[in-house]
Amino acid sequence: MKRPTALVITGPGTNRDPDVAFALETAGADPTIRLASELAADPTPLDDAALVVVAGGFSYGDALGAGRLLALDLSVALGDPLRAAVDRGVPMIGICNGFQVLTRAGLLPGSLGHNSSGGFICDWVRLDPVAGSRSVWTSGSDAEIHCPIAHGEGRYVHPDPSGLHANGQVALRYSSPNPNGSVDDIAGVCDETGLVLGLMPHPENHVLTRQHPVLDGEAARPHLGLAIFEAGVRHAVTA
Amino acid sequence: MPPSLRLTITAVARDPRTQALQAAGDQLGITVPDELGIADVIHLRASLDAESRARLTDLLVDPLLQNGTWDAPSDHGIEVTPLPGVTDAEAAAVLVAARTLGIDVDAAVTGRRITFSADTTQEVARRFVERVVANPVVETWTFGTADPPLSPPADLRHPAERITVTTLSDKELAALSAERGLALDPEELAVIRDHFTAEGREPTDVELETLAQTWSEHCAHKTFRAVIDTEAGEREPLLRQLRDCTEEIDAPFVRSAFVGNAGVVEYVTGTTIALKAETHNHPSAIEPFGGANTGVGGVIRDVLGIAHRPIAVTDILCFGPRDLALDAIPEGALHPLRISEGVVDGVADYGNKIGLPTVAGAVLYDPAYTTNPLVFAGCIGTAEGWTSHDGPHPGDRVIVLGGRTGRDGIRGATFSSATMDATTGEVAGASVQIGDPITEKLLIDALVGAEELFTAITDCGAGGLSSAVGEMAEGVGADVDLDRVPLKYAGLEPWEIWLSEAQERMVIAVAPERVEAMRSRCDRFGVEFSDIGEFTGTGRLVVRCAGETVVDLDTEFLHDGRPQRRLPADLPRPVRTEAARQVDDPAAVLLDLLAHPNLRSRADIIHRYDHEIRGTTVVRPITGVERDAPADGVVLAEPRDQHGIAIGIGVNPWHGLADPERMGWSVVDEAIRNVVAVGADPDRISLLDNFSFGDPRRRSTMGDLVASVDGCVAASRAFAAPFVSGKDSLNNEYTASDGSRHAVPPTLVITAVAHVPDVARTITPRLRAAGDTLVLLGMTRAEFAGSHLDMVRPHAGDLGCVPAPDAAAPQRYRSLHEAILAGEVVACHDLSEGGLALAAAEMCIAGRLGARLDNVGHDDVTVGLFSESMGRLLVEVAPQHVDSFLERFGDDATVIGAVTDDGLLRLAGESIPVEQLVTAHTGDPR
Repeated sequence: MKRPTALVITGPGTNRDPDVAFALETAGADPTIRLASELAADPTPLDDAALVVVAGGFSYGDALGAGRLLALDLSVALGDPLRAAVDRGVPMIGICNGFQVLTRAGLLPGSLGHNSSGGFICDWVRLDPVAGSRSVWTSGSDAEIHCPIAHGEGRYVHPDPSGLHANGQVALRYSSPNPNGSVDDIAGVCDETGLVLGLMPHPENHVLTRQHPVLDGEAARPHLGLAIFEAGVRHAVTA
Repeated sequence: MPPSLRLTITAVARDPRTQALQAAGDQLGITVPDELGIADVIHLRASLDAESRARLTDLLVDPLLQNGTWDAPSDHGIEVTPLPGVTDAEAAAVLVAARTLGIDVDAAVTGRRITFSADTTQEVARRFVERVVANPVVETWTFGTADPPLSPPADLRHPAERITVTTLSDKELAALSAERGLALDPEELAVIRDHFTAEGREPTDVELETLAQTWSEHCAHKTFRAVIDTEAGEREPLLRQLRDCTEEIDAPFVRSAFVGNAGVVEYVTGTTIALKAETHNHPSAIEPFGGANTGVGGVIRDVLGIAHRPIAVTDILCFGPRDLALDAIPEGALHPLRISEGVVDGVADYGNKIGLPTVAGAVLYDPAYTTNPLVFAGCIGTAEGWTSHDGPHPGDRVIVLGGRTGRDGIRGATFSSATMDATTGEVAGASVQIGDPITEKLLIDALVGAEELFTAITDCGAGGLSSAVGEMAEGVGADVDLDRVPLKYAGLEPWEIWLSEAQERMVIAVAPERVEAMRSRCDRFGVEFSDIGEFTGTGRLVVRCAGETVVDLDTEFLHDGRPQRRLPADLPRPVRTEAARQVDDPAAVLLDLLAHPNLRSRADIIHRYDHEIRGTTVVRPITGVERDAPADGVVLAEPRDQHGIAIGIGVNPWHGLADPERMGWSVVDEAIRNVVAVGADPDRISLLDNFSFGDPRRRSTMGDLVASVDGCVAASRAFAAPFVSGKDSLNNEYTASDGSRHAVPPTLVITAVAHVPDVARTITPRLRAAGDTLVLLGMTRAEFAGSHLDMVRPHAGDLGCVPAPDAAAPQRYRSLHEAILAGEVVACHDLSEGGLALAAAEMCIAGRLGARLDNVGHDDVTVGLFSESMGRLLVEVAPQHVDSFLERFGDDATVIGAVTDDGLLRLAGESIPVEQLVTAHTGDPR
């Protein structure tokens, strides 16, 4: 079977692009990494992509608020091809800074503010896939996902979280203690189509069982973050 | 000129950042009411119509989180803005965003507004801002609303000045050196005078500053290169002793030692590892965030400067006590709490943003670090198929990459080579700066993978371009034009451009035919590229500015003209006889040790560092089922590799105070023990040395330094673990206003970087299974000088000795490694501060399991529990492997107890619930 092409979009200061590329490759995709500025000059890779990822990091150093400047770049130069990709049925995921970017660019609901602790936190969390969510990235598995967080602005806010839940757009909740003050323990949300997922934690850093800090060997396997990328690839291949 | 405008942005709900500020104020005893508020302020010079304002508001203000107003606020507040010339990345971003939106903005400055409840007195508000929020070294603040200058400084460039030296007396030369902050010795000044007399001219200010930077302690390591006079006769320079030791060991994996920016080793054929650790002590004392921030940035550039991709960062931090009374702090110095918080934030900011895991480290507290904190930052990097660059060649272009040059970091090398006093913050303000990790991230992106395009590379660190271009031009010569150096703003004098230590810059040499390829690669990644001149082949360093030659120096004189120092040393005469201790309450002592600032859990700091990025961290700095117990070393492994890299740290200044020579050995042993304990191969270990001592012109300090080098060199030989790079930071002293001098204790940090053959066989201190046997490896003696037992239970009378070197340790570690590879080791922890009792307690905390110590490895229970004898480890072994494990060690191993499931640590007739151990270890830091 041909590996679906996965486009990883980066900006100046994106830094988890190699990590997510490794996760995509392990999940069976064929990832390429492109700067938003390169795509602005030539959007072909975006038109050809079967999966789209906005990777984590500190685009523009979080200046003026996490994700805002890269979101501006995407909206100004790539707004149309990005929406066209969603219309085409392409699964899209924004992780951490990518989540911040996609909310700012209007592709996902809500917003992300400073952690309630006021500072950056790196720790491992557990995530529950929400039953009844529309997200194609979390479908087919209800196992708890274990992976790290690493962010300073990850407090999810939304004016109507229960409406969001009722509409099947809450995809992931923290099942370990809420690390950042997110409303309703929300860790990840999707758009109305279920194709676009944004989440603060980093499933791309739990692709191998040996990356788990506590569980040994096979005990970690049911909790791999890899499951999210496998679901995305599965959707891209079968849809 | 367009008008100045301001956009004030506040959070719709309580801004979480205020809690951190308030907590910091509380800790310093400056309590402000809960109504404390914080707003971000963007000052603009622009003519904006209503639509442009609305579009900017839309970008800068998130309606779900924030409110924005273009009206000036009138509530009770203080506004903080950066001083002109200080990096303001947010302001730069505003300009980028405005350009993207097609809105004309001439200039921008960003700041913060701190608001107080109406009943907060001006005095309290002022103290709060001064002590908690702003730092006068880089920021200014004002009551009401700030009005920062929004126009670039006028171009008032002065030509280079000629400085008369040839006719000056020795005394007048010394006065000149003091006036210009040159920090040169009398002998060096005389050599400079003679050189220019022979040339028949006076030097320019640029030449004099270039010599001062190049010959500074920081750049030239004159103390480590000095001939040493001792009572017992002359001694070889310290650097020579370290190099000779590495040459004698002749390890097959060393590719490059003590040359260039970092050491290079090759454990796996084809993959090299570059390693380096640096200090950034003085800058961190006066501007903790910026000092630590740029310290991390600098050491990452060292690794990049030897053409390796940086993969991890380490930090070792030494601070004064966090609970010191505010009025106990000398004038002009910052409180240790402020320093420690700022430094940790500075390390976190740089490492997190550049995208490198900050993994190994240590944090030490001692009153002697109050005015002289120490910040050691390390970096390791890897490369495939690395060969050393052989340029620059005559004809190659001199290319500056990265950040622009400003008036920041002027004279950092000479500043860090002098001692500090109350006026240092004021005078040396220009020496520190805030880093810009994203610019450096882009440098990594552009340079890694482009190694074929350049012939030489170095970073711009201390001394700026003078040092980077000067070093590259050694022997070959260069001709550069300062008018081609891109500046942050106009108005810099030639020597300022040449000496500026503005961050995030690299210099490369590029053959003319590759210039375009390199330029387009830099364009792609958004890295500024400037061709400033040529490597000439004449052997002279020529610098031009505005059509005038401002430097014309023989590179041989610049690099080899400095007279060798001679330094007298009085070697220490430490006590070498054992002396025991007596404690009647070992359980209470153990709980005090677990809660001691030096030994308590570091989880709160480590959670502020991204230690997961790259997905390579296999053994983390915090470990155990609840991830709150310390690991001995950390292990990194690329996702597809079966092998990995272990990093371990050894440091113990309290041993150094009592016996610098034994300290030298003990910290090497500790660093090695730490990596072996996690699964590294004891025969593939490389070492970095970082010495932070006081003023070496004091004979006793020089003697301490000589003794510590003796100790660490002897240990390096014994373990056959070569030093490959190092750095010394001397003059870590503070002169108080009453004239008293405060030096740091002898602080030698050893970093061990080792090969881990199989990451599936890594070990942590986490106890796994009740019923397993606990085995103590090594011999325990009554060695308590400098011990942590003495810190929690001060001892009167004969202190006895610091732990002695253990000649059996190298073989013990090899046997342990074989046992690990054979799968016989379940858990392992090294014994260091706090001795056996602390190690056992930490293993219980890691595994949330109990343990029973039936004996403690010594007839005297206090010695067995709390002595810090070297070379020892505590190992958990499953019942079926006990016999084969013990057989490997003979008399060197003692079965001392077992793992239990009763939730109790039982030792010396006492039982302590593991939960009580956890509370002591992880409780409130105060």
